[in-house]
Formats: sequence, C-alpha cells, structure tokens
Amino acid sequence: MSALVEIRDLWIEGRSDETWSPIINGASLRLNKGEVLGLIGESGAGKSTLGLAAMGFTRDGVRISKGSVMFDGIDLINASAAKKRDLLGKRIAYVAQSAAASFNPAHKLIDQHTEGPVQHGVMSRAESVQDGIELYRRLRLPNPEEIGFRYPHQVSGGQLQRAMTAMAMSCRPDLIIFDEPTTALDVTTQIEVLASIRDIVEQFDTAAIYITHDLAVVAQMADRIKVLLKGDEVEEADTRTMLAQPKEDYTKTLWAVRAFERPQKPAVHTGATPVVSVQNVSAAYGKIQVLHDVSFDIHEGRTVAVVGESGSGKSTTARCITGLLPPTSGVIEFDGQPLPANYKSRNKDQLRQAQMIYQMADTALNPRTTIGDIIGRPVQFYMGLTGKQRRRRVEELLDEIELPAAQYYDRLPSELSGGQKQRIGIARALAAEPKFIICDEVTSALDQLVAEGILKLLARLQDDLKLSYMFITHDLATVKAIADEVVVMKEGKVVEQGPKHDMFVPPHHPYTDLLLSSVPEMDPDWLTNLLNERGVDNIGDAAVDKMS
Amino acid sequence: MHSIIRIILQRLALGLLTLFVVSVVIFTAVNMLPGDFAQAILGQGATPEAVDAIRKDLGLDQPPVTRYFQWLGGALQGDLGNSFAQANFASFVGADSGVRTTVAQQIAPRFANTMFLAAVTACIAVPVSLVLGILAALFRNSVFDRATNVTTLTSISSPEFFLAYVLILFLAVLNPMLPSLSNIFEGMSFGERLEKTLLPALTLTLVVTAHMMRMTRAAIINLLASPYIEMARLKGMSPMRVIVKHALPNALAPIINVIALNLAYLITGVVVVEVVFVYPGIGQLFVDSVKIRDIPVVQACCLIFAAAYILLNLLADILSILSNPRLRHPK
Repeated sequence: MSALVEIRDLWIEGRSDETWSPIINGASLRLNKGEVLGLIGESGAGKSTLGLAAMGFTRDGVRISKGSVMFDGIDLINASAAKKRDLLGKRIAYVAQSAAASFNPAHKLIDQHTEGPVQHGVMSRAESVQDGIELYRRLRLPNPEEIGFRYPHQVSGGQLQRAMTAMAMSCRPDLIIFDEPTTALDVTTQIEVLASIRDIVEQFDTAAIYITHDLAVVAQMADRIKVLLKGDEVEEADTRTMLAQPKEDYTKTLWAVRAFERPQKPAVHTGATPVVSVQNVSAAYGKIQVLHDVSFDIHEGRTVAVVGESGSGKSTTARCITGLLPPTSGVIEFDGQPLPANYKSRNKDQLRQAQMIYQMADTALNPRTTIGDIIGRPVQFYMGLTGKQRRRRVEELLDEIELPAAQYYDRLPSELSGGQKQRIGIARALAAEPKFIICDEVTSALDQLVAEGILKLLARLQDDLKLSYMFITHDLATVKAIADEVVVMKEGKVVEQGPKHDMFVPPHHPYTDLLLSSVPEMDPDWLTNLLNERGVDNIGDAAVDKMS
Repeated sequence: MHSIIRIILQRLALGLLTLFVVSVVIFTAVNMLPGDFAQAILGQGATPEAVDAIRKDLGLDQPPVTRYFQWLGGALQGDLGNSFAQANFASFVGADSGVRTTVAQQIAPRFANTMFLAAVTACIAVPVSLVLGILAALFRNSVFDRATNVTTLTSISSPEFFLAYVLILFLAVLNPMLPSLSNIFEGMSFGERLEKTLLPALTLTLVVTAHMMRMTRAAIINLLASPYIEMARLKGMSPMRVIVKHALPNALAPIINVIALNLAYLITGVVVVEVVFVYPGIGQLFVDSVKIRDIPVVQACCLIFAAAYILLNLLADILSILSNPRLRHPK
C-alpha cells in the first residue's frame, strides 16, 4: 500500500533574532490512507511545526532546510504556492487548538464552512450549506439546522471545536491535521469532541495526524503513536505496544508523571478554627447571580481543591475571598474573624494574609520588570524591607523556589521558561508571608513534567511554612496529587465536598461521577467502553442535562 | 440591539456635553483676543462717545457672563447673531437702512462650499487610501509597499501650499487641464463646480492619504498573525481573499476612526489650500473675521468646527460598534 503522506529526513529551522536554530531534526513519518497517527511531546517539542509541515506549510519565521514531504505523490516542498493552495482545505485540512480563536469573529460559522467547498469548486454554496447542516448533525451539535447561522462568539467552546471539525470535513479531505483540538476544553466537553472526531474520521475513512501532549487522549484516537522531544524523534510504535511497553526512558517518564500523589494527612480535629471559612456566600455579576450559597472551610496546612467545569464559579469564589468581588450575601472569615467584603476596606495585614498565584504566569508578571523587582515589591510593601535587607529577602525567596538568586535576580520574565515564571509567581505570593494562598489553575498551562515540579514545590512549601491552599483546577489528576479535601462546584453551587479519599471512592454525587469518569485513562478502549456504558447519545451535554 | 441604541444615546449625550464645554472655551478665548471691534472700525481718531455708542449697540458693554448666555441661548434656537462687519452703522449718521446681515447668512454659502470640497476630496482620498493600504499589506515589504509609503509620507510632510503650487505647475500651467483658480459662485452647474474644485481636492488628497493608507496597512498587518488568518490560509484561500475577506472586516474600527479624523480636518483645517486657490470656503471667512474682530462670526465658525469634529467622531464610534459582530449580535 502506498503511503498517503511520506516525510523523509525533514529538518526545520526557526528564526529568533538574527540566527536560525533547529526546531525539527531529521523527522520521518509515514501515514497510510485512513490511518490515525498520534504525535506526542511537550510544548516546544516541534509537534505543531511537524504537523503543519505535513501540509507543506510553515509559519512566518520558520523554514524547511532539508528533507522531503510527499502527499499522494505530490512534492509539497517544491510545489508552487498556487498548487499548494489547491490542496489545502480541499484534500488536506487543519483543525486548530483554539476554535474560538481560529474562527473569524466577523463571519457566521456556515459562511466560513462553505468558503472552502465554494472557492475550491467542490460544491455550490447551497449544496455546501446542506452538507454543513448534515455534518453538524453527525457531529451531534445541538440545533444543527440553525447553529451554523450564528457568529463564533455565540457558540460554546466545545461546540465550536466540533464546528471546526465539520469545516475541516467540508471538502471531504484525505488528511486532517488535528492540532491539540481538545486541550482547551473541560473534561466532560472533551469526551463529546473526542467521540465526534473519532466517529467522523472512521465514517469517511479520513487519515489524520493527531497532535497532543495528553497521552490518555492520544491512546483513544491513534492507531500509532510517535513521541517527539525537542525536535528529535524518540520512538514510534502502534498504540497498544507503546502504552504497554515504552522503550525509551523519556517515554517512560511521560507515562509516570501521573503517579505523583501526596500521602493522606490526618483528619483535622474538630473544633479547630479554620484559616479561611466561606460561609453561605452568594455573588452576582450585575444582575446575573453566579454563586449560590457557597460554604466550605480551609484548615491550616491543608489543601482544598475546588473542581468543576469552566463557568462553575470556582474563580468567582476566589474573587469573593480576595474581596475583588464583594458577595451579595454571606461572610468570609479569616482565623475566625470576619473580613470586610471589599478589599478596599481591608487593612494591609488582612490583605497580606491571602495571596494569589495565577494560571497564566506569562501575563501575571510585568514583562518590563526584573525578577528582583517583581518579588521585591511585595517584600517592601508588606514587610517594609528596603535596600540590602530587601535584596537579601528576595534572594531567600528565590532560594525557596529553587532558582539560584545570582543567576535570576536581574533577569526579565521573557528570559524564563513557563515553569520558571510560575515559580516566580509563587515567590511573589510567598513574599507577603501569607497563611493562605489561592492557586488558580496554576499548572494547567504547563507541560506534565513541569507541572509535576510545581506541584511538588507547592507541597514542600506547605509542609515547611504551614500554608493553606485553595487549589482551583479542572484537572482531576492534579486533585489526586495534591488535595486533602475536595469541593465540587457546578453552576455556582457546591454539589459535593469532603476528604479526598472519600471523593475518589463511590458512591458519588452524579455530577462528581460524571467528572471523574470523564478523565481519560491510559487504556485504548477506555473511550469506547465509556460511550457504551453511557449510551452513545448520552454523552456530555445529555448526561449533564439529565442530572440537573 | 437595545444595548447598541443605549451606547449611541450615551455617546450623543457626551458629545453634547463636550460641545457645551467647547462653547465656553470658545467664548472665553475669543473675548481674550486683544483689540476691540468698535475701536478697530472707527479708527484712531474716534471719539469715546462714538466708540461707546457702537459698543452699546452691539451689546459689548454687557458683562461677559450675560453675553455668553445670550449667545448660547440664541445659538440653541439657531440664531447665531448678527455679523459686526456687515452691520450698518449708518444709523449713527442718521440714515439707518435697518438691514443687518446675520451670521447664518454669511456663513451658509461658505460652509456649503467647504462641505463640497471636503466631499469631493473624501470621494477620491478614502477609496484610494483603502486600496493602497490593502495592496501595501498584501505586498508588504515589497518595492510597491516601500514606494507607496515613501510617496505618501513625502506628500504628508510637504507644506500644503507647496503641494498646491506643484499641482498647479503640472496640471494647470505645463499641461493646462484644470483651472488654477477655484472661484466658484452661485448659479454654477455641478460640472463646472466640480472642475473648479478638482485641483484643491487633489492637493488635499495628497495631504490626507498617508494617514488613512498607513492605518489601513498597519491594522491589517496587525491581524495577519491571528489564528483565524492562519486558518484561512490553511483552507487554501488566496492571499487577496485572506486580506479582504478575513482581515479587513476585523480591522475596520481603527480605519474608520482615522478616516473620521481626516474628514474633520478637511472641514476645519484647509484654510491654506483655500487661500492658494482662492476658494471661497469657511476657512478664509474665519481668518478674515479674526482679523477684524468680528466676534459673532468667529464664535460661530469655532462652534461649527467643534461640532464637525464631535459629530464625525461620534459617527466613527457608532460605525466601529456596528462593525463588531459581538456588539451587533449579543449572545
């Protein structure tokens, strides 16, 4: 059988400043008709670059220096721009990571859907509209007849991701590149999208390259898996072999990340005053009520994980605790004392005691300020240290987060990696010497190995400094790793709370059950079994609707 | 849709408030002008009695606050007052004809001419700038892009009168295609008017094109790194289609704002070009009125200029809002 795509010894370089540095070092890849290949690796491994190169496409500032890319006998590297344009969209399609960003905000979904078929002369607009509606139906989008006539901002993220898959299918291509299509989605939404993608790829016998950093996801989707590390190919094998017997050490470490779990702490003795006590808090944005009667306690030295899908009120609860959003009713107590609702009415000491670490370390650090100043500012503001004392304290803090002060004190955030930036965020929170830290999805933008490092650091700091954490996350693996207690939220309400070991043992609240069962597992049959269990039409939305 | 109407009403109210503040500033500034109309018209040898009489007749003896509210009250009812310069002071020699020219009568034809010139210029400059901007974005960093940038920057950096004389030299003197004098008057046919207006309009086009063209180019290029542009390219769309269909609709807001600013400039700032071509627009009237301290006309002109700026910016705001589907179609 001749290959649909054949990449041989491909070298790709990227330009930074004035020099070209390697991104892909001699990758080879072969994909047959109707086959799904999983490309896996951390960010910066060159997965997306390789995926795009399979379409004969390079981003600005990236060039192919050597090697060949053949698609169905056509040399994509030497093909003219017009020849490639004729293939793109028509025979090779692309599904991007963030459908919300990759749909043009100025046009309706159906207009973007029909653009490919009409411009490539595959179908008339009317035919393509009908076909689009049919694809929406097959991808189990709600209201397939009318959803296409909405603008992207009027459709939810999971639905947009399916609409983008439909758009990729619009010309019935031979090959689709899926570039992390579910990374930005909640676990419950992810399942629907995964199932839809898998079905439609099977129905039309489309070949696919599925790019992801999530092993459990790729296990469900791919026939074969290829592992990349910093532009080098690590190994390739069929999915079952790869999962059962990874050969290379790097692959094994990827597989092992999920094993980190803190030992269970003894129960808090009754009558102890919690560090933070959220009591019957309700809150609203304008007229829209977003929190309903939320209550939970966080004790000294403990981690309370708040889990739920996006929009469930996790971050809003954090905003209430910090006083950024004064609740409409209810009280926040700190060490048994009620806190003023608005942060403006809190004194410096009350402000100091509760600190935050943010999801996007990139945007949470001032890009024009050196590390020394970023950490030094709260040291000066809260602790009143200046000059040499301030510097010494900042150096201690850098030491605490395992970054050598001599090397990092004068650097700018742009000179650090994602994980290092997040460590700076932690040091900045520690600078105020708080008792309580809110961690808002602090590991979700990081690769698994790096995320594990951050979790271990947070765990050590908690033991050393008796810190209490409120850990906001949608990732249940993180919960398993670090939490002592779990609060499950849905639509602004607490649906279940309790010690971690209780939460991971049935029986659960049905919503907790849905969340737990939606976390992909490293078993290639997991998705199939789960869909059978839930009944094919009963995935995601439907399952949630049933419960509420 | 209701939210859009509310936003528009809010902007309108803010615009009116701005206009009110501007009217105070105008009145104060004009009254701080050195010199006095009565003194200026009667000359050095005037008797104090004659000066007082004229001042009294024009209401200049009233305290400034009273005069401001009289002026504002009149302006609100559409009465901008009477021109000092055209007033018939014959009454002081006992032969009052009773005829006085109102400010409105004086300004109306001049303002119409200015609007005509601005409209002709806009009809040339806006499409040219947009097309040049789109092409420059499409062929960015090419020879065409650089040539367009250099040419438009040169023309915006040159003094307006210089551009005007260069155009006169080439289009009226060396190749007599267009008239070098734009003395238009009532009763001219539209075609004649247009012909006479073409040279000043071309001069102004050279002045305003650079801004709009460069903003169009920059706003489009700014978006070319967006994921949805990459998506369009990965769908195999042609570069032209990517820019016109995918980038331009999302780049409209900044472009509209720059167009509005330039249109406002065309209404308020073209006095040099008017003088060069002897075009009877409002700019010349304004300068003349300042010279002879004809306060009601100066104030009225300032008010019209301010209103033009506010109105055009308001229009730009509204169009920007309408170009954004998030605001047009809320969830």
